[in-house]
Amino acid sequence: MIDLALDILSWILLTSGGVFVLIGGIGGLRLPNFYTRIHAASLTDTMATLLIFIGIILQAGFTLASLKLFAIMLFLLLTGPTATYALANAALLSGLKPDTGTAKDKTKENAPE
Amino acid sequence: MIYIFALFLLTLLVITAIAIVRAEDLFVAVILTSIFSLLMAINFFILDAADVALTEAAVGAGVTTVIFLCALALTGDQEKPQKQGQKVALVIVSILALVIIYSTFDNPQLGDPDAPVHQHVAPWYLEKTPEYMDFPNVVTAILSSFRGYDTLGEVFVVFAACIGVLFILGVSPPRKAMQVSVKKSGLRHHLIPQVVGRLLIPFIVLFGLYTQFHGEYGPGGGFQAGALIATGVILYALLEGEAEALRAVPRRVLLGMVVGGALLYGSVGVVCMLMGGAFLDYSVLAADPVWGQQLGILIIEAGVGMAVCGALLSIFHAFAARERVS
Amino acid sequence: MTFLELLGYFNYWVFAILLAVGLYAVISKTNLIKKLIGLSIFQSAVFLMYITMDKVEGGTAPIIQAGVENPVFSNPLPQVLILTAIVVGVSTLSLGLAMVVRIKECYGTIEENEILDAD
Repeated sequence: MIDLALDILSWILLTSGGVFVLIGGIGGLRLPNFYTRIHAASLTDTMATLLIFIGIILQAGFTLASLKLFAIMLFLLLTGPTATYALANAALLSGLKPDTGTAKDKTKENAPE
Repeated sequence: MIYIFALFLLTLLVITAIAIVRAEDLFVAVILTSIFSLLMAINFFILDAADVALTEAAVGAGVTTVIFLCALALTGDQEKPQKQGQKVALVIVSILALVIIYSTFDNPQLGDPDAPVHQHVAPWYLEKTPEYMDFPNVVTAILSSFRGYDTLGEVFVVFAACIGVLFILGVSPPRKAMQVSVKKSGLRHHLIPQVVGRLLIPFIVLFGLYTQFHGEYGPGGGFQAGALIATGVILYALLEGEAEALRAVPRRVLLGMVVGGALLYGSVGVVCMLMGGAFLDYSVLAADPVWGQQLGILIIEAGVGMAVCGALLSIFHAFAARERVS
Repeated sequence: MTFLELLGYFNYWVFAILLAVGLYAVISKTNLIKKLIGLSIFQSAVFLMYITMDKVEGGTAPIIQAGVENPVFSNPLPQVLILTAIVVGVSTLSLGLAMVVRIKECYGTIEENEILDAD
Protein backbone atom coordinates (compact mmCIF):
# COMPACT_ATOMS: atom_id res chain seq x y z
CA MET A 1 0.00 0.00 0.00
CA ILE A 2 2.75 2.39 0.97
CA ASP A 3 4.64 1.31 -2.17
CA LEU A 4 1.70 2.28 -4.32
CA ALA A 5 1.43 5.65 -2.62
CA LEU A 6 5.15 6.27 -3.10
CA ASP A 7 4.87 5.28 -6.76
CA ILE A 8 1.97 7.60 -7.40
CA LEU A 9 3.73 10.46 -5.61
CA SER A 10 6.89 9.88 -7.66
CA TRP A 11 4.86 9.85 -10.84
CA ILE A 12 3.23 13.16 -9.95
CA LEU A 13 6.54 14.78 -9.01
CA LEU A 14 8.43 13.53 -12.07
CA THR A 15 5.66 14.54 -14.46
CA SER A 16 5.34 18.02 -13.01
CA GLY A 17 9.13 18.35 -13.15
CA GLY A 18 8.95 17.44 -16.82
CA VAL A 19 6.20 20.01 -17.36
CA PHE A 20 8.40 22.69 -15.82
CA VAL A 21 11.30 21.71 -18.08
CA LEU A 22 8.96 22.00 -21.06
CA ILE A 23 7.77 25.44 -19.94
CA GLY A 24 11.37 26.52 -19.47
CA GLY A 25 12.27 25.32 -22.92
CA ILE A 26 9.34 27.04 -24.61
CA GLY A 27 10.14 30.21 -22.69
CA GLY A 28 13.76 30.06 -23.76
CA LEU A 29 12.68 30.05 -27.39
CA ARG A 30 9.73 32.41 -27.40
CA LEU A 31 10.60 35.19 -25.00
CA PRO A 32 11.90 38.27 -26.78
CA ASN A 33 14.85 39.41 -24.76
CA PHE A 34 18.06 37.93 -23.32
CA TYR A 35 17.18 38.82 -19.74
CA THR A 36 13.70 37.33 -19.96
CA ARG A 37 15.18 34.16 -21.45
CA ILE A 38 17.43 33.83 -18.40
CA HIS A 39 14.29 33.84 -16.27
CA ALA A 40 12.96 30.93 -18.30
CA ALA A 41 16.25 29.02 -17.95
CA SER A 42 16.32 29.55 -14.20
CA LEU A 43 12.92 27.86 -14.01
CA THR A 44 14.58 24.65 -15.18
CA ASP A 45 17.43 25.20 -12.71
CA THR A 46 15.38 25.38 -9.56
CA MET A 47 11.82 24.09 -9.85
CA ALA A 48 12.46 21.19 -12.18
CA THR A 49 15.59 20.13 -10.26
CA LEU A 50 13.72 20.02 -6.95
CA LEU A 51 10.72 18.11 -8.30
CA ILE A 52 12.60 15.57 -10.40
CA PHE A 53 15.19 14.81 -7.77
CA ILE A 54 12.65 14.40 -4.95
CA GLY A 55 10.68 12.08 -7.24
CA ILE A 56 13.77 9.92 -7.83
CA ILE A 57 14.75 9.98 -4.13
CA LEU A 58 11.30 8.66 -3.23
CA GLN A 59 11.87 5.82 -5.66
CA ALA A 60 15.33 5.02 -4.35
CA GLY A 61 14.18 4.57 -0.78
CA PHE A 62 16.41 4.91 2.21
CA THR A 63 19.74 3.81 0.75
CA LEU A 64 23.14 5.36 0.06
CA ALA A 65 21.98 6.23 -3.45
CA SER A 66 19.38 8.68 -2.12
CA LEU A 67 22.06 10.46 -0.04
CA LYS A 68 24.15 10.84 -3.19
CA LEU A 69 21.12 12.12 -5.08
CA PHE A 70 20.46 14.63 -2.33
CA ALA A 71 24.05 15.86 -2.56
CA ILE A 72 23.77 16.24 -6.35
CA MET A 73 20.51 18.17 -5.90
CA LEU A 74 22.19 20.53 -3.43
CA PHE A 75 25.09 21.04 -5.84
CA LEU A 76 22.75 21.84 -8.75
CA LEU A 77 20.64 24.19 -6.65
CA LEU A 78 23.80 26.00 -5.58
CA THR A 79 25.53 26.32 -8.95
CA GLY A 80 22.54 26.87 -11.26
CA PRO A 81 21.48 30.29 -9.95
CA THR A 82 25.15 31.29 -9.66
CA ALA A 83 25.62 30.57 -13.34
CA THR A 84 22.49 32.58 -14.15
CA TYR A 85 23.81 35.48 -12.08
CA ALA A 86 27.20 35.31 -13.81
CA LEU A 87 25.51 35.30 -17.23
CA ALA A 88 23.32 38.30 -16.45
CA ASN A 89 26.21 40.19 -14.90
CA ALA A 90 28.47 39.53 -17.88
CA ALA A 91 25.74 40.68 -20.25
CA LEU A 92 25.16 43.86 -18.28
CA LEU A 93 28.87 44.61 -18.05
CA SER A 94 29.36 44.11 -21.78
CA GLY A 95 26.67 46.64 -22.59
CA LEU A 96 23.51 44.67 -23.32
CA LYS A 97 20.82 46.82 -21.82
CA PRO A 98 17.53 45.37 -20.54
CA ASP A 99 15.06 46.21 -23.21
CA THR A 100 11.81 47.56 -21.81
CA GLY A 101 9.99 48.80 -24.87
CA THR A 102 9.22 46.11 -27.41
CA ALA A 103 5.63 45.21 -26.55
CA LYS A 104 4.67 48.76 -25.66
CA ASP A 105 5.91 50.08 -29.00
CA LYS A 106 3.67 47.73 -30.92
CA THR A 107 0.58 48.82 -29.01
CA LYS A 108 1.51 52.45 -29.57
CA GLU A 109 1.60 51.81 -33.32
CA ASN A 110 -1.80 50.12 -33.26
CA ALA A 111 -3.45 52.69 -30.97
CA PRO A 112 -4.33 55.46 -33.46
CA GLU A 113 -6.12 53.03 -35.81
CA MET B 1 12.05 2.03 -23.57
CA ILE B 2 15.40 3.51 -22.93
CA TYR B 3 16.23 3.09 -26.61
CA ILE B 4 13.67 5.74 -27.53
CA PHE B 5 15.51 8.12 -25.22
CA ALA B 6 18.78 7.08 -26.87
CA LEU B 7 17.31 7.75 -30.32
CA PHE B 8 16.21 11.19 -29.23
CA LEU B 9 19.67 11.94 -27.85
CA LEU B 10 21.39 10.78 -31.03
CA THR B 11 19.17 13.02 -33.16
CA LEU B 12 19.98 15.91 -30.84
CA LEU B 13 23.68 15.12 -31.33
CA VAL B 14 23.37 15.42 -35.10
CA ILE B 15 21.44 18.69 -34.81
CA THR B 16 24.05 20.12 -32.44
CA ALA B 17 26.90 19.09 -34.75
CA ILE B 18 25.29 20.77 -37.75
CA ALA B 19 24.69 23.91 -35.63
CA ILE B 20 28.35 23.93 -34.60
CA VAL B 21 29.53 23.84 -38.18
CA ARG B 22 27.12 26.56 -39.28
CA ALA B 23 27.80 28.96 -36.41
CA GLU B 24 29.86 31.94 -37.49
CA ASP B 25 30.52 33.27 -34.03
CA LEU B 26 33.28 31.05 -32.64
CA PHE B 27 32.22 31.62 -29.05
CA VAL B 28 28.82 30.12 -29.85
CA ALA B 29 30.55 27.21 -31.57
CA VAL B 30 32.68 26.47 -28.49
CA ILE B 31 29.70 26.50 -26.11
CA LEU B 32 27.80 24.23 -28.49
CA THR B 33 30.82 21.90 -28.51
CA SER B 34 30.59 21.57 -24.74
CA ILE B 35 26.87 20.76 -25.06
CA PHE B 36 27.82 18.18 -27.71
CA SER B 37 30.31 16.56 -25.32
CA LEU B 38 27.70 16.42 -22.56
CA LEU B 39 25.16 14.76 -24.86
CA MET B 40 27.83 12.30 -25.92
CA ALA B 41 28.58 11.52 -22.25
CA ILE B 42 24.89 10.79 -21.56
CA ASN B 43 24.83 8.56 -24.62
CA PHE B 44 27.85 6.64 -23.38
CA PHE B 45 26.11 6.12 -20.06
CA ILE B 46 23.03 4.69 -21.76
CA LEU B 47 25.31 2.28 -23.65
CA ASP B 48 26.63 0.94 -20.29
CA ALA B 49 30.03 2.62 -20.47
CA ALA B 50 30.15 4.33 -17.08
CA ASP B 51 33.90 5.03 -16.94
CA VAL B 52 33.94 6.47 -20.43
CA ALA B 53 30.92 8.68 -19.67
CA LEU B 54 32.67 10.09 -16.60
CA THR B 55 35.84 10.77 -18.57
CA GLU B 56 34.02 12.38 -21.48
CA ALA B 57 32.03 14.62 -19.13
CA ALA B 58 35.06 15.66 -17.08
CA VAL B 59 37.54 16.03 -19.93
CA GLY B 60 35.34 16.83 -22.90
CA ALA B 61 32.70 19.08 -21.45
CA GLY B 62 34.96 20.57 -18.80
CA VAL B 63 38.61 20.97 -19.67
CA THR B 64 38.29 21.15 -23.47
CA THR B 65 35.83 24.05 -23.22
CA VAL B 66 38.17 25.97 -20.91
CA ILE B 67 41.16 25.47 -23.21
CA PHE B 68 39.10 26.52 -26.24
CA LEU B 69 37.91 29.66 -24.46
CA CYS B 70 41.48 30.51 -23.44
CA ALA B 71 42.60 30.15 -27.06
CA LEU B 72 39.63 32.21 -28.25
CA ALA B 73 40.54 35.01 -25.87
CA LEU B 74 43.97 35.13 -27.48
CA THR B 75 42.80 35.01 -31.10
CA GLY B 76 39.70 36.53 -32.56
CA ASP B 77 36.22 35.17 -32.05
CA GLN B 78 34.54 35.89 -35.33
CA GLU B 79 34.89 33.69 -38.33
CA LYS B 80 35.01 35.28 -41.74
CA PRO B 81 32.44 33.85 -44.17
CA GLN B 82 34.06 31.74 -46.84
CA LYS B 83 33.45 32.06 -50.51
CA GLN B 84 34.45 28.97 -52.39
CA GLY B 85 34.89 25.26 -52.13
CA GLN B 86 31.72 24.57 -50.18
CA LYS B 87 29.80 22.59 -52.78
CA VAL B 88 32.68 20.29 -53.64
CA ALA B 89 33.28 19.54 -49.96
CA LEU B 90 29.57 18.91 -49.43
CA VAL B 91 29.47 16.42 -52.29
CA ILE B 92 32.56 14.60 -51.06
CA VAL B 93 31.35 14.21 -47.48
CA SER B 94 27.86 13.14 -48.63
CA ILE B 95 29.39 10.40 -50.75
CA LEU B 96 31.54 9.35 -47.78
CA ALA B 97 28.53 9.25 -45.47
CA LEU B 98 26.50 7.20 -47.96
CA VAL B 99 29.33 4.71 -48.43
CA ILE B 100 29.71 4.27 -44.68
CA ILE B 101 25.95 3.89 -44.20
CA TYR B 102 25.92 1.26 -46.93
CA SER B 103 28.71 -0.60 -45.19
CA THR B 104 27.05 -0.53 -41.78
CA PHE B 105 24.38 -2.96 -42.94
CA ASP B 106 26.94 -5.70 -42.49
CA ASN B 107 27.56 -4.73 -38.89
CA PRO B 108 26.07 -6.78 -36.08
CA GLN B 109 22.91 -5.43 -34.54
CA LEU B 110 23.12 -3.24 -31.48
CA GLY B 111 23.27 -5.49 -28.43
CA ASP B 112 23.80 -8.77 -30.22
CA PRO B 113 25.56 -11.12 -27.78
CA ASP B 114 26.95 -13.25 -30.61
CA ALA B 115 28.86 -10.43 -32.24
CA PRO B 116 32.53 -11.23 -32.88
CA VAL B 117 33.70 -8.44 -30.57
CA HIS B 118 32.25 -10.26 -27.55
CA GLN B 119 33.88 -13.58 -28.29
CA HIS B 120 37.60 -13.78 -27.93
CA VAL B 121 39.35 -11.75 -25.27
CA ALA B 122 36.51 -10.02 -23.40
CA PRO B 123 34.99 -13.10 -21.69
CA TRP B 124 38.52 -14.08 -20.61
CA TYR B 125 39.00 -10.66 -18.99
CA LEU B 126 35.62 -10.85 -17.28
CA GLU B 127 36.46 -14.31 -15.93
CA LYS B 128 40.01 -13.70 -14.82
CA THR B 129 39.56 -10.37 -13.04
CA PRO B 130 38.12 -11.87 -9.82
CA GLU B 131 40.81 -14.52 -9.93
CA TYR B 132 43.84 -12.30 -10.50
CA MET B 133 42.80 -9.05 -8.97
CA ASP B 134 39.68 -9.53 -6.88
CA PHE B 135 38.09 -6.14 -7.24
CA PRO B 136 34.86 -5.17 -8.99
CA ASN B 137 35.69 -2.70 -11.74
CA VAL B 138 36.80 -4.72 -14.75
CA VAL B 139 37.56 -1.64 -16.85
CA THR B 140 40.15 -0.42 -14.34
CA ALA B 141 41.64 -3.92 -14.17
CA ILE B 142 42.06 -4.07 -17.94
CA LEU B 143 43.28 -0.47 -18.17
CA SER B 144 45.92 -0.70 -15.46
CA SER B 145 47.03 -4.28 -15.48
CA PHE B 146 46.03 -6.40 -18.45
CA ARG B 147 46.69 -3.54 -20.91
CA GLY B 148 48.96 -1.51 -18.67
CA TYR B 149 51.51 -0.92 -21.40
CA ASP B 150 49.00 1.09 -23.46
CA THR B 151 48.22 3.25 -20.44
CA LEU B 152 51.92 3.89 -19.96
CA GLY B 153 52.03 5.14 -23.55
CA GLU B 154 49.02 7.35 -22.87
CA VAL B 155 50.67 8.95 -19.83
CA PHE B 156 53.68 9.69 -21.98
CA VAL B 157 51.43 11.23 -24.65
CA VAL B 158 49.91 13.56 -22.05
CA PHE B 159 53.40 14.38 -20.82
CA ALA B 160 54.58 15.10 -24.38
CA ALA B 161 51.57 17.35 -25.05
CA CYS B 162 52.27 19.32 -21.88
CA ILE B 163 55.93 19.76 -22.81
CA GLY B 164 54.94 20.70 -26.36
CA VAL B 165 52.50 23.38 -25.23
CA LEU B 166 55.03 24.74 -22.77
CA PHE B 167 57.65 24.94 -25.52
CA ILE B 168 55.31 26.57 -28.00
CA LEU B 169 53.85 29.13 -25.63
CA GLY B 170 57.05 29.66 -23.68
CA VAL B 171 57.80 29.00 -20.06
CA SER B 172 58.11 32.25 -18.14
CA PRO B 173 61.05 32.44 -15.72
CA PRO B 174 60.32 33.00 -12.02
CA ARG B 175 61.25 36.70 -12.21
CA LYS B 176 58.47 37.47 -14.67
CA ALA B 177 55.90 35.79 -12.47
CA MET B 178 56.39 38.55 -9.86
CA GLN B 179 55.32 41.18 -12.38
CA VAL B 180 52.13 39.32 -13.20
CA SER B 181 50.97 39.38 -9.59
CA VAL B 182 50.76 43.19 -9.56
CA LYS B 183 47.95 43.15 -12.09
CA LYS B 184 44.52 42.73 -10.59
CA SER B 185 42.63 40.01 -12.34
CA GLY B 186 39.94 37.51 -11.72
CA LEU B 187 36.45 38.04 -10.47
CA ARG B 188 37.35 39.55 -7.12
CA HIS B 189 34.69 42.23 -7.26
CA HIS B 190 31.88 39.82 -7.99
CA LEU B 191 30.69 38.62 -4.64
CA ILE B 192 28.32 35.82 -5.53
CA PRO B 193 30.61 33.67 -7.71
CA GLN B 194 33.37 34.12 -5.17
CA VAL B 195 31.29 32.92 -2.23
CA VAL B 196 29.80 29.99 -4.09
CA GLY B 197 33.18 29.09 -5.57
CA ARG B 198 34.84 29.09 -2.18
CA LEU B 199 32.11 26.83 -0.87
CA LEU B 200 32.44 24.41 -3.74
CA ILE B 201 36.17 24.11 -4.43
CA PRO B 202 36.99 21.94 -1.37
CA PHE B 203 34.20 19.56 -2.30
CA ILE B 204 35.33 19.40 -5.94
CA VAL B 205 38.88 18.51 -4.90
CA LEU B 206 37.54 16.02 -2.35
CA PHE B 207 35.38 14.39 -4.98
CA GLY B 208 38.37 14.22 -7.28
CA LEU B 209 40.36 12.40 -4.61
CA TYR B 210 37.39 10.09 -3.98
CA THR B 211 37.24 9.23 -7.68
CA GLN B 212 40.98 8.55 -7.70
CA PHE B 213 40.96 6.01 -4.92
CA HIS B 214 37.56 4.55 -5.67
CA GLY B 215 38.48 3.64 -9.22
CA GLU B 216 38.71 -0.02 -8.40
CA TYR B 217 35.21 -0.31 -6.98
CA GLY B 218 33.18 1.82 -9.28
CA PRO B 219 33.63 4.12 -12.25
CA GLY B 220 36.64 6.27 -11.67
CA GLY B 221 40.39 6.09 -11.85
CA GLY B 222 43.34 8.30 -12.54
CA PHE B 223 42.24 10.21 -15.63
CA GLN B 224 38.88 11.35 -14.30
CA ALA B 225 40.39 12.29 -10.96
CA GLY B 226 43.17 14.31 -12.57
CA ALA B 227 40.65 16.19 -14.72
CA LEU B 228 38.38 16.89 -11.71
CA ILE B 229 41.15 18.25 -9.51
CA ALA B 230 42.46 20.34 -12.40
CA THR B 231 38.93 21.73 -12.86
CA GLY B 232 38.79 22.70 -9.19
CA VAL B 233 42.06 24.61 -9.41
CA ILE B 234 40.98 26.24 -12.69
CA LEU B 235 37.81 27.45 -10.94
CA TYR B 236 40.00 28.94 -8.24
CA ALA B 237 42.13 30.63 -10.92
CA LEU B 238 39.01 32.09 -12.55
CA LEU B 239 37.72 33.47 -9.27
CA GLU B 240 40.82 34.82 -7.60
CA GLY B 241 43.00 35.60 -10.57
CA GLU B 242 45.74 33.62 -12.20
CA ALA B 243 48.50 34.96 -9.95
CA GLU B 244 46.75 33.68 -6.83
CA ALA B 245 46.31 30.29 -8.42
CA LEU B 246 50.00 30.25 -9.29
CA ARG B 247 50.78 31.04 -5.67
CA ALA B 248 48.53 28.23 -4.49
CA VAL B 249 49.95 25.62 -6.89
CA PRO B 250 53.20 26.99 -8.34
CA ARG B 251 54.60 26.08 -11.72
CA ARG B 252 57.42 24.03 -10.27
CA VAL B 253 54.92 21.86 -8.39
CA LEU B 254 52.95 21.36 -11.61
CA LEU B 255 56.01 20.33 -13.56
CA GLY B 256 57.01 18.06 -10.71
CA MET B 257 53.58 16.44 -10.78
CA VAL B 258 53.74 15.80 -14.52
CA VAL B 259 57.25 14.40 -14.47
CA GLY B 260 56.70 12.57 -11.21
CA GLY B 261 53.55 10.89 -12.46
CA ALA B 262 55.16 9.56 -15.62
CA LEU B 263 58.29 8.54 -13.69
CA LEU B 264 56.23 6.76 -11.03
CA TYR B 265 54.45 4.70 -13.62
CA GLY B 266 57.65 3.75 -15.42
CA SER B 267 59.53 2.99 -12.24
CA VAL B 268 56.81 0.61 -11.00
CA GLY B 269 57.38 -1.35 -14.20
CA VAL B 270 61.14 -1.35 -13.69
CA VAL B 271 60.77 -2.40 -10.03
CA CYS B 272 58.63 -5.32 -11.20
CA MET B 273 61.43 -6.32 -13.54
CA LEU B 274 64.02 -6.01 -10.77
CA MET B 275 61.93 -8.23 -8.50
CA GLY B 276 61.89 -11.03 -11.03
CA GLY B 277 58.75 -10.60 -13.09
CA ALA B 278 58.16 -9.09 -16.51
CA PHE B 279 57.82 -5.35 -17.13
CA LEU B 280 54.59 -4.12 -15.49
CA ASP B 281 53.76 -7.54 -14.05
CA TYR B 282 52.54 -6.46 -10.63
CA SER B 283 52.06 -9.86 -9.07
CA VAL B 284 55.69 -10.00 -7.96
CA LEU B 285 55.41 -6.79 -5.91
CA ALA B 286 54.18 -8.54 -2.78
CA ALA B 287 54.12 -12.01 -1.32
CA ASP B 288 50.47 -12.55 -2.23
CA PRO B 289 50.01 -12.04 -6.03
CA VAL B 290 46.48 -10.60 -5.66
CA TRP B 291 47.64 -8.01 -3.14
CA GLY B 292 50.65 -7.32 -5.39
CA GLN B 293 48.33 -6.57 -8.30
CA GLN B 294 46.18 -4.26 -6.18
CA LEU B 295 49.23 -2.44 -4.82
CA GLY B 296 50.67 -1.99 -8.29
CA ILE B 297 47.37 -0.67 -9.64
CA LEU B 298 47.00 1.76 -6.73
CA ILE B 299 50.46 3.23 -7.34
CA ILE B 300 50.14 3.59 -11.07
CA GLU B 301 46.67 5.14 -10.83
CA ALA B 302 48.19 7.72 -8.49
CA GLY B 303 50.90 8.33 -11.08
CA VAL B 304 48.34 8.73 -13.85
CA GLY B 305 46.22 11.13 -11.77
CA MET B 306 49.22 13.28 -10.90
CA ALA B 307 50.40 13.41 -14.49
CA VAL B 308 47.00 14.32 -15.96
CA CYS B 309 46.28 16.96 -13.30
CA GLY B 310 49.69 18.59 -13.68
CA ALA B 311 49.55 18.52 -17.47
CA LEU B 312 46.07 20.07 -17.72
CA LEU B 313 46.93 22.79 -15.24
CA SER B 314 50.24 23.59 -16.96
CA ILE B 315 48.45 23.90 -20.28
CA PHE B 316 45.82 26.18 -18.74
CA HIS B 317 48.43 28.44 -17.15
CA ALA B 318 50.43 28.55 -20.39
CA PHE B 319 47.36 29.85 -22.23
CA ALA B 320 46.18 32.15 -19.45
CA ALA B 321 49.51 33.86 -18.87
CA ARG B 322 49.89 34.90 -22.47
CA GLU B 323 49.14 38.49 -23.36
CA ARG B 324 47.00 39.07 -26.38
CA VAL B 325 48.90 40.41 -29.38
CA SER B 326 46.56 42.34 -31.64
CA MET C 1 13.69 -5.57 -42.29
CA THR C 2 11.47 -4.74 -39.41
CA PHE C 3 11.46 -1.36 -37.73
CA LEU C 4 13.20 -2.74 -34.66
CA GLU C 5 16.02 -4.13 -36.77
CA LEU C 6 16.41 -0.78 -38.49
CA LEU C 7 16.61 0.89 -35.09
CA GLY C 8 19.50 -1.37 -34.27
CA TYR C 9 21.53 0.30 -36.98
CA PHE C 10 20.62 3.85 -35.99
CA ASN C 11 23.73 4.34 -33.89
CA TYR C 12 25.95 3.47 -36.84
CA TRP C 13 24.09 5.89 -39.10
CA VAL C 14 24.53 8.69 -36.60
CA PHE C 15 28.22 7.80 -36.53
CA ALA C 16 28.39 8.13 -40.33
CA ILE C 17 26.58 11.48 -40.32
CA LEU C 18 28.73 12.91 -37.51
CA LEU C 19 31.85 11.74 -39.33
CA ALA C 20 30.69 13.54 -42.46
CA VAL C 21 29.84 16.73 -40.53
CA GLY C 22 33.21 16.77 -38.78
CA LEU C 23 35.10 16.09 -41.99
CA TYR C 24 33.17 18.85 -43.76
CA ALA C 25 34.25 21.31 -41.07
CA VAL C 26 37.88 20.22 -41.38
CA ILE C 27 38.17 20.37 -45.15
CA SER C 28 36.00 23.29 -46.10
CA LYS C 29 36.22 25.88 -43.34
CA THR C 30 39.11 28.31 -43.53
CA ASN C 31 39.23 29.36 -39.90
CA LEU C 32 41.79 27.26 -38.03
CA ILE C 33 39.83 27.05 -34.80
CA LYS C 34 36.75 25.87 -36.69
CA LYS C 35 38.88 23.15 -38.23
CA LEU C 36 39.98 22.03 -34.76
CA ILE C 37 36.38 21.97 -33.54
CA GLY C 38 35.46 19.86 -36.57
CA LEU C 39 38.31 17.50 -35.73
CA SER C 40 36.97 17.05 -32.21
CA ILE C 41 33.49 16.25 -33.60
CA PHE C 42 35.13 13.67 -35.89
CA GLN C 43 36.91 12.08 -32.92
CA SER C 44 33.71 11.93 -30.87
CA ALA C 45 31.94 10.19 -33.73
CA VAL C 46 34.60 7.44 -33.73
CA PHE C 47 34.20 7.06 -29.95
CA LEU C 48 30.45 6.64 -30.45
CA MET C 49 31.00 3.80 -32.90
CA TYR C 50 33.32 1.91 -30.58
CA ILE C 51 31.06 2.24 -27.57
CA THR C 52 28.06 1.20 -29.66
CA MET C 53 29.84 -2.04 -30.44
CA ASP C 54 30.30 -2.90 -26.80
CA LYS C 55 26.68 -3.00 -25.70
CA VAL C 56 25.16 -6.39 -24.96
CA GLU C 57 21.39 -6.86 -24.81
CA GLY C 58 20.27 -6.84 -21.20
CA GLY C 59 23.77 -6.24 -19.91
CA THR C 60 24.99 -3.86 -17.26
CA ALA C 61 28.16 -1.88 -16.81
CA PRO C 62 31.13 -4.25 -16.37
CA ILE C 63 31.41 -3.91 -12.60
CA ILE C 64 31.29 -7.25 -10.84
CA GLN C 65 28.98 -7.12 -7.85
CA ALA C 66 29.06 -9.79 -5.21
CA GLY C 67 25.98 -11.91 -4.84
CA VAL C 68 24.48 -11.45 -8.29
CA GLU C 69 23.95 -14.77 -10.06
CA ASN C 70 24.94 -15.17 -13.71
CA PRO C 71 25.30 -11.55 -14.65
CA VAL C 72 25.42 -10.34 -18.23
CA PHE C 73 28.06 -7.67 -18.71
CA SER C 74 28.71 -5.31 -21.55
CA ASN C 75 32.08 -5.68 -23.16
CA PRO C 76 34.75 -3.78 -21.23
CA LEU C 77 37.42 -3.81 -23.93
CA PRO C 78 36.25 -0.96 -26.23
CA GLN C 79 35.70 1.17 -23.13
CA VAL C 80 39.37 0.87 -22.23
CA LEU C 81 40.43 1.83 -25.75
CA ILE C 82 38.14 4.84 -25.80
CA LEU C 83 39.32 6.02 -22.34
CA THR C 84 42.82 6.25 -23.75
CA ALA C 85 41.56 7.87 -26.94
CA ILE C 86 39.66 10.63 -25.13
CA VAL C 87 42.71 11.74 -23.17
CA VAL C 88 44.94 11.56 -26.24
CA GLY C 89 42.33 13.64 -28.10
CA VAL C 90 42.41 16.42 -25.55
CA SER C 91 46.22 16.41 -25.60
CA THR C 92 46.40 16.85 -29.36
CA LEU C 93 43.67 19.49 -29.22
CA SER C 94 45.61 21.59 -26.71
CA LEU C 95 48.78 21.28 -28.79
CA GLY C 96 46.88 22.35 -31.91
CA LEU C 97 45.38 25.34 -30.11
CA ALA C 98 48.83 26.41 -28.88
CA MET C 99 50.03 26.36 -32.49
CA VAL C 100 47.01 28.40 -33.61
CA VAL C 101 47.79 31.03 -30.97
CA ARG C 102 51.38 31.29 -32.21
CA ILE C 103 50.23 31.49 -35.84
CA LYS C 104 47.95 34.36 -34.89
CA GLU C 105 50.86 36.16 -33.27
CA CYS C 106 53.14 35.65 -36.27
CA TYR C 107 50.74 36.26 -39.15
CA GLY C 108 48.04 38.38 -37.53
CA THR C 109 45.21 36.22 -38.78
CA ILE C 110 43.89 32.70 -38.43
CA GLU C 111 42.10 32.38 -41.74
CA GLU C 112 43.88 29.82 -43.84
CA ASN C 113 43.68 31.59 -47.21
CA GLU C 114 45.11 34.80 -45.75
CA ILE C 115 47.97 32.88 -44.18
CA LEU C 116 48.77 31.16 -47.46
CA ASP C 117 48.66 34.51 -49.25
CA ALA C 118 51.00 36.08 -46.75
CA ASP C 119 53.60 33.37 -47.26
